[in-house]
Amino acid sequence: MPQHEQILERLMAHLERLAPPDSNLHPDIDLVSELGLDSVKVMDLMLDAEDEFDISVPLNILADIRTPNQLAQAINKLLESQ
Amino acid sequence: MMSLFDKFQSLSDARHALIQAEPSPIGTRIDEVLSPTEGRVDGRSVILAGTNNYLGLTFDPDCIAAAHDALDQEGTGTTGSRMANGSYVSHTRLEEELARFFARPSAVVFSTGYMANLGLIGTLAGADDVIVLDADCHASIYDACRLTGADIIRFRHNDAGDLEKRLRRLGERTANALIVVEGIYSMLGDQAPLREIVAVKRRHGGYLLVDEAHSLGVLGAHGRGLAEAEGVEADVDFVVGTFSKSLGAIGGFAVSHHPQLDMIRYASRPYIFTASPSPATIASVRVALDIVASRPALRRQLWANAERLYHGLARLGFELGPEPGPVVATLLGSPQQGVAFWHGLLERGVYVNLVLPPATPGGRALMRISVSAAHDTAQIDRIIAAFAALKPMLDHHGHE
Repeated sequence: MPQHEQILERLMAHLERLAPPDSNLHPDIDLVSELGLDSVKVMDLMLDAEDEFDISVPLNILADIRTPNQLAQAINKLLESQ
Repeated sequence: MMSLFDKFQSLSDARHALIQAEPSPIGTRIDEVLSPTEGRVDGRSVILAGTNNYLGLTFDPDCIAAAHDALDQEGTGTTGSRMANGSYVSHTRLEEELARFFARPSAVVFSTGYMANLGLIGTLAGADDVIVLDADCHASIYDACRLTGADIIRFRHNDAGDLEKRLRRLGERTANALIVVEGIYSMLGDQAPLREIVAVKRRHGGYLLVDEAHSLGVLGAHGRGLAEAEGVEADVDFVVGTFSKSLGAIGGFAVSHHPQLDMIRYASRPYIFTASPSPATIASVRVALDIVASRPALRRQLWANAERLYHGLARLGFELGPEPGPVVATLLGSPQQGVAFWHGLLERGVYVNLVLPPATPGGRALMRISVSAAHDTAQIDRIIAAFAALKPMLDHHGHE
């Protein structure tokens, strides 16, 4: 089972494709207010995460997630609960 | 401390950076409506090609006469909920006629199409359930999902394989999963691969809901929508639709082959806590539904117009949605280019909808043309000519 750091690393790779060029990506960046992703792009990141880790990440958890770090924690929790 | 309104400032700034003067493509004021396909905007006569008035029934004399009679006999509004004083004979008659039209036992009428999704999806699924929806579903479906507290899973647009993958991950939970797709998607005008989606549902279980908002009256031998056209109506558990497109009025409905659909009336807050549609609206919709069933020539004319417009623009080299239909979407580049193109069309006497990201798939601006059976060939050709005249604008700037 991948650990938090490994999950985060894979998420950051997906995020690089979605983020505007030359973004200063880091694990605690706010996906919406700092990185400027719109709601659709954040949901697309979830689709990528679902395929990457072969899990279902319900959209309803999005309300509590602001950063890649928080998303990695949520995914870790889902993986552990399986 | 932030004021309540501060959070809207960035939206307001973005809008003003893009659009400084009237007429605006956002909330355009239509000064006069002369017919289903003609109006006046900013002092100009324009062809209305951004209306969702697919069968052109807004000025149908029989619909108007029925609405007049209802207005005279029953007044301007019901002033009450369906659960209280807002269920007139005409509301229940329309529900019976919708059930008969769709050959299903149950139909429920709502006050708008948006509320039909809120009222059905938002009530059907509960906190322990799961909804699996196409990523490009309409905002009303997303909003309905938020009301449920259910787990919400998206699948990639029109990708039945991706739906299957996501259902497989859910395991036993698929038995009660609600799968939600649309007949025709409102932005690009593309149709769902419904036979493939039905095959996935047969393998994994669950319930299938098809929103036929843009396909009612447009697809199928009797105008019942994509499920009819694809021969899979028996596999569709719920159909949701609207009166505000091919039926030319406002309101919404849900039908089902599950007789238990009627029970949602007791629990659906968007059904209970709002006033029912006005008698005049219901009267015109009843006539319009009869016209959908009895005048298939309107559907043929709509498709002839859609094909002419789609192929005309394709020949000019425009990047379009994947297939012809009542919505013909032209993909442009930046929002700025979209605004300039929209103004150019208006100057040439053509009104269409400008749609900007994030409402558009892929982050592109798009010109959304809606075709009507009431457009004549000359109007379709004038729309194509206006696009042709503006094509150099795209060639010079490319997709920014």
